[in-house]
Formats: sequence, structure tokens, C-alpha cells
Amino acid sequence: MKNLLLATGLTILASAGLAQEKPVLTVYTYDSFVSDWGPGPAVEKAFEQTCNCDLNLVGAGDGAALLSRMQLEGARSEADIVLGLDTNLTERARATGLFAPYSIGAVSLDVPVEWTDDIFLPYDWGYFAFVYDKTRLTDAPTSFTSLIDAPKNLKIVIQDPRSSTPGLGLLLWIKTAYGDEAESIWTGLSPHILTVTKGWSEAYGMFLEGEADMVLSYTTSPAYHLIAEEDDSKAAASFDEGHYMQIEVAAKTASSDQPELADQFLSFMTSSAFQSIIPTTNWMYPAVFPLEGLPKGFETLITPTDSLIVSAKDAEKIKDEALQEWLTALSR
Amino acid sequence: MADRAQPLSLTRVFAGGGALALLLLLTLGTVLAVWSKATFQQGLGPADWAAIRFTILQALVSAAISVAIGIPTARALARRRFPGRQLLVSLLGAPFILPGIVAVLGIIAVWGRTGYVSAVFGAFGGEPLNIYGYSGVVLAHVFFNLPLATRLILQGWLAIPLEHFRLAAQLGMRTGDVSRQLEWPMLRAVVPGAFLLIFLLCITSFAVALALGGGPRATTVELAIYQALRFDFDLSKAAVLAMIQFGLCTVTAIATLWIATPQSFAIGMGRPPRRWDGREHALVVQDQILLLLVALFLFTPLISIIIKGAPNLLSLPSQVWPSLVNSVLIAIASALLATTLSLALSALIIGLSRRRKRTSQFMEIIGFLSLAASPFVIGTGLFIFLNPYVDPFVWALPITMVVNAVMSLPFALRIILPEMQRTEHFYGRLGSSLGMQRWTLFRLAIWPRLKRPVGFAAGLSAALSMGDLGVIALFAPPDLATLPLTMYRLMAAYQTGAAGGVALLLVAASLALFWAFDRGGRLDHHIR
Repeated sequence: MKNLLLATGLTILASAGLAQEKPVLTVYTYDSFVSDWGPGPAVEKAFEQTCNCDLNLVGAGDGAALLSRMQLEGARSEADIVLGLDTNLTERARATGLFAPYSIGAVSLDVPVEWTDDIFLPYDWGYFAFVYDKTRLTDAPTSFTSLIDAPKNLKIVIQDPRSSTPGLGLLLWIKTAYGDEAESIWTGLSPHILTVTKGWSEAYGMFLEGEADMVLSYTTSPAYHLIAEEDDSKAAASFDEGHYMQIEVAAKTASSDQPELADQFLSFMTSSAFQSIIPTTNWMYPAVFPLEGLPKGFETLITPTDSLIVSAKDAEKIKDEALQEWLTALSR
Repeated sequence: MADRAQPLSLTRVFAGGGALALLLLLTLGTVLAVWSKATFQQGLGPADWAAIRFTILQALVSAAISVAIGIPTARALARRRFPGRQLLVSLLGAPFILPGIVAVLGIIAVWGRTGYVSAVFGAFGGEPLNIYGYSGVVLAHVFFNLPLATRLILQGWLAIPLEHFRLAAQLGMRTGDVSRQLEWPMLRAVVPGAFLLIFLLCITSFAVALALGGGPRATTVELAIYQALRFDFDLSKAAVLAMIQFGLCTVTAIATLWIATPQSFAIGMGRPPRRWDGREHALVVQDQILLLLVALFLFTPLISIIIKGAPNLLSLPSQVWPSLVNSVLIAIASALLATTLSLALSALIIGLSRRRKRTSQFMEIIGFLSLAASPFVIGTGLFIFLNPYVDPFVWALPITMVVNAVMSLPFALRIILPEMQRTEHFYGRLGSSLGMQRWTLFRLAIWPRLKRPVGFAAGLSAALSMGDLGVIALFAPPDLATLPLTMYRLMAAYQTGAAGGVALLLVAASLALFWAFDRGGRLDHHIR
């Protein structure tokens, strides 16, 4: 206990000491971004080489939880940047008034949609997809309808749209592709759904255990197994309906006491130095392809025929209806 | 003369009152804090009511099954002596303290579609098992709570003095008579509390219900709170749901305390019980088979965690070790705090029970409150309290320590309070008739009899704290982590192998802490 207090005391002293020397830029992001296996450490190093500042990355919850955290702290927040919201959340985030427009020079983004948002700036993106093991599943479904028609013992694991970003993505994927028929698609999928997990980690863990034949993840997931583990057995099933996109964005806060530094960070975020870190640490497509191109292995990934996405405004509107349909169909 | 109420000492009032205040602050206080920030959005929808119904139903079934199997298991452990019994009893703590996600993967390895049981069925041409859904939730809850039920009930059995069994044997009582005369009254006193504890645990379980629940049919109140708080930022709804959980808790607590009748065994010499009953051959075989099945049920998932984790144990990333140190420090500190709080609270409850029975019973119910508290609400409420004054990130470790202590307080209280009641009941009068000072009485008569439950309670608190992800996830800066948090971060970064290694390390560290504290008290009577 004494040591604990001592350590806490030292932490306070240490952070006070640093604060006097250099300006501190505080970035709220999700846990896996700041973890030692995520992009955080490399990003911090690269930015601090150019900014003469201290970049303070803080893991403050995933996706929606990150936004809730900002709403909780309000204008008192220490955060200068929030990094890790996606387009399904930006409308709600905008309405809070906690975020301010960026002002950086022109960037040309390699995001497959036209980008006009003046507050939120993308840093990476990906497609949701069902990932499977080629050695276990030889005959992967090619659409939601063929998944419905597949033998009953083909099981998938998905995430709960009420607690997970990919889960919400699947909800909007089916809603965008099927509109009013979404509910009957869910009814058809229901017997194939082994279980619904709280978050991505649980679902992916169960898939790797061999419990389910397919798991809701990203088209880029097989790249991890290929590049980091030299295992080419995982693949993403390409669906005829197209694949729903997730675009991850960052924004500076209206309450930031370092607005110039925050803009400098956003500008850095779209530079090659930041973007080249993304593919093999966050396992997503970079928002601006780095000069040297994508890492070897990414060319093996599937490219969806259609990129599906609803605008931030519509996402907020159709979310509740889609959730009700999901609840009804799966409760039967 | 002996029954005349003594005035409450100031120490009792202040220590007990302080514990009570801390408990109320973290449970109801945090709900009020969340409520204070709320702008009313919408009431409860049909989905919320469905969640409430499902939550209650699965908790009732899970608690009933856990206790129903726990009673014969505890009896078998109480009346048999065999090599490895001590180890078996110690290991019973293991499933209970596993972090949800580790346990789920362990259970799947045994019961899943590609698990051991399915493999055996498959060898005989059967279909693979499908546990997902209602049955999966109950299975996982029984896995977590059967050991707890067994240990709580076993404590009751071991509290029956040797002299009673000896007398029963001299009177020529058969096994059935012993059950009726000695064991049944004990069960009446112990089982309701155990049932309540497990019922409440199942109410607030979150990760388990979701991972094995199958879908929206298996939605719990805790998920609804999570969604309201983290996804919709609907603070008023979160506060309402949290109050519903407290309401459920209070109603159940009142019901069980009303059913429970205090046991009134005379006090014995405190020698280890020897049993003269239950020696019929059929009963011995029955006990053996039961213990074997329970051990298989509880330990096969653990073994699969060991098998998966062991290869990665030597190549763990270096970040794991500081987080292990953090976790162990937090666990030890919160175990000490939790036992101190429960001793203080128990003393106050017992002190009050002589003159103000209602107040004392009310306090006992409050002692359960933190079980029904949602960690998300506590975390958010604390954040609202603290953020204007201090940097919550800097205080992450002390906050986690205090919250963990309060979260394990109901267990510690349930273990310590009945024992303290018993000893005070018998030795309190004796002590005052001998004119003993309170402290002398405590040191000579009460503390030696409390050591065993206090050790068990501290071990349980420490282990619970080790495995808890709790509020640290809300407060921790990236360079500060506990072991469960590190494991989640690894899993989110595709590092499943390393996460398995950390899971094993976590189980080992929790068990080591549990064992170290529990050892002080041992299971057999050894009071001289």
C-alpha cells in the first residue's frame, strides 16, 4: 500500500515535471490503439520527433464508449484530440458541440467515398466481412442469401450491436443491402448464429477455438495471420451484396488548449509517417496510401464489388429501427 | 445480568459506521451521481423488461442448481477424509475467481461444439453439443458458483462441534437422524445466505451471459446498463436500471434473511469433527462418485486453460510483469481492506442486534448492496465525483483497490459475520461474567475462532480482485495496467496465444494469493 501511494506520488511529480518543459497534446483513443501491439508506440515516437511536444495517448474506451467518455467530461476534458470514432457515430458526436473543425492543408484521401466532413478526418478504414478458415470450410457462402441456404450446421459468431462497433456495422450492412427485407434476412440467419458476443475479442477468440465456422470481422483480418503468423489459412468471404465500410476518424476538441498543435497532429495523421504504421498494427487500410504502397500480403485480400455505407446522418436515423428488427428477428 | 445490553463502544460505532458510509457512497452514491448528470431521455422499453425477466429467471435457476449440488458435495467433503482433500478444497476457489472471458473459453473447450464432450459423443456417432442459449448461461453460472456454494456450506458443516457428532453416535443415531438433528438446522442457517449470494452474482454477470447466451433472448439488465451508459449515453436510463438491480437485491436479501434462522449449536472444545455416521458402503460410494463428477466438471475447463496457456508462459511480452505486480499489490491491499471493513461492519451489526434488531438487519442487507451494483455505474459515478477535483488517471490504482475491496465485501461479510455472531454469542457472556476486557476477550476467545473465516474471506477478496477487470478499464492510463486488462489488450491485438499465457498466469497468481491467505485459517479445526 505504501509503495502504491509512493508510486502514485511519483507519477504526479513526473507528469508535473514534464508539463513544464514541453506542451502536452492529449489524445483519447481506444485501448487497442495504445497497447504495445497497436499503432500507439510507433505513432508517439514519430510525432514527438517533429513536434517538440509530449504526445499523451490515453486509452479511454472503444468507439461509442469513447464518445460517452467525452460527453461525461464535457468541456472540462483534458483531451485535445479524440481518435477512434467511426462514421456511425460522427452525427451524434457533432451534435454534442464538443468538437471543432480542423484546419489543415489539402490532403487527398484514399477513402472509397467522397469526404466532405469539416470536423472529422479519417485515418483508416476497412470492410466488415465474415472470416473463415479455408482448411475447415471449403465452400464458403458468397452472399447473405447463400449463407441462409447453407447447411444448418454452418455456424457464425457475431457481436452485439448494442455493445460492439462491428456488431452495429453488420446491422447497418444488412439494412443498407436489404432495406425493408432486413428483418427477414435476420430471421433466415438466426439458425446459423451460434452466439452473440459482447465484443470483437470474445467472438474472434471463439472462432480461433474452432467453435464457429465464420466470425464477423474485417476483410483485412487474414492479413494479420498471413503477415504476423505466416499462416495463410484464414480468408474473408466475399459477399455479392457488397461489404459495409467502417471509416475511423479523429477530431480536435472544442475545449483544446493546444488547437495549433492539434491541427499539426491531424496533419501528421494523414502523412506517410503515420499512415505507414497503420496497416500492420491496426490491421486496417490507411486513409492515405503510403508512398511505398501497402505491405506485402495485403494484395491477397479480397476487394468487395460494392462499398456500402450510409451517410452519418442516415446512420443515426436507421440505427434504432434496424436494432428493433434485429431484436425481433433473433428473439423468435 | 448477562443479557443486559452493553453500551456500544465508540470504536465499534466509528469503524462500522465508516465501513457502512463507504459502502453506501460507492453503491447508491454513484447511482445518484449518474442520475444528477442525467437529462431524461426515455423510459424502459419492452426489451428492457424482457431483460429484467430473463435476468431474474436465469439467476434463480443457476442459484438453485448450484446450491442443490453444493449441499451433497459439501457433505461429502465434510464426512470423508482422503488424500488430496485439502488440495481439492483449495482448488474449489479457482473457477469462481476466473475472469469471465477465460472461463468462457475454458468451458467452450470442454462443452463447445469442438470440445471434449462433443468429441466423445462424436466418437459414438452423436451430434456435437450445442450449449449456446439458456443452457449455456446456466452451465457457466453453475461452473462459477458451485464451488462457492460448496465452500460456504462446508464452512457451516465444519462449524458443527465434534461433541455433537460424538453424542449423536453415543445415542445410536443413524445417518438420517444426524441429518435431521444436526445438519438440517445448520443448512437452514447457511443455505439461504449462499443462495442469495449466488443469485445476486448471476444477476450482475455480463460477459458470460452474452458469450454463451446465444442472442438477444439472453439479455441481462447489466447489458442494458452497459448499452445505456457506454453506447447511448443515456444516464437516466442507466440510473433507473441500476436502481432496479438494487431493488431486486433488497427484496431477495429481505426474503432470505427472513427464511434463515440463526443456528444455535452449543459451543464445543473446537476439536476437528470426527464422524461416526455415514459409514454405510452405499453412502461412501455415492460420495466418491459425486466428488469425482464435481471435480471433473470444475477442473477440466481449468486443465484446458493450462494446456493452452503453458506453451506461451515462457515467451510472455515484458509488459505483463509490471501489470502482474500492480494486480498483486491491488489484490493484497483490497483483501486487507475488505476484511477490515467486514470485521468492523460485523462488530457493529452484532453490537446493534441486541437492542436494535431492525437497524442491525437493515445494515446486513446494505452489506449485500455492492453485489447488485453495476461496475459501469460505479465507475461512471466515481468519475463524476472525482473528475472536478483530481485527475482520475493518476488515482487509477488506489481507486481500483478501494472499489475491489467494496465489491468483495458481501462475500467477506457473509463468511465472517455468522462466525463472529456465534462466538460472541457464547463467549461474550462468559467473558463478561469473568470480567474480561473486551480486547482480552477478542484476543483469547474470538479471534482464534475467526482466523479461519477471516483467512478464507481475505483469500477470496484477493483472488476476486486479481481477476476483476472492473473500474480499472475506465480509469487506467495506457502505461498502467492490471493483468486482466493486459489480457484484454492482447486479445484485441490478435495476440490470442500470449493472451492464453496471461490467462494461465492470472489463474496461478489468483490461486497463489487465495492459498496464501486461506492457509492462515485452514479448513480443519485447529483451535487450541
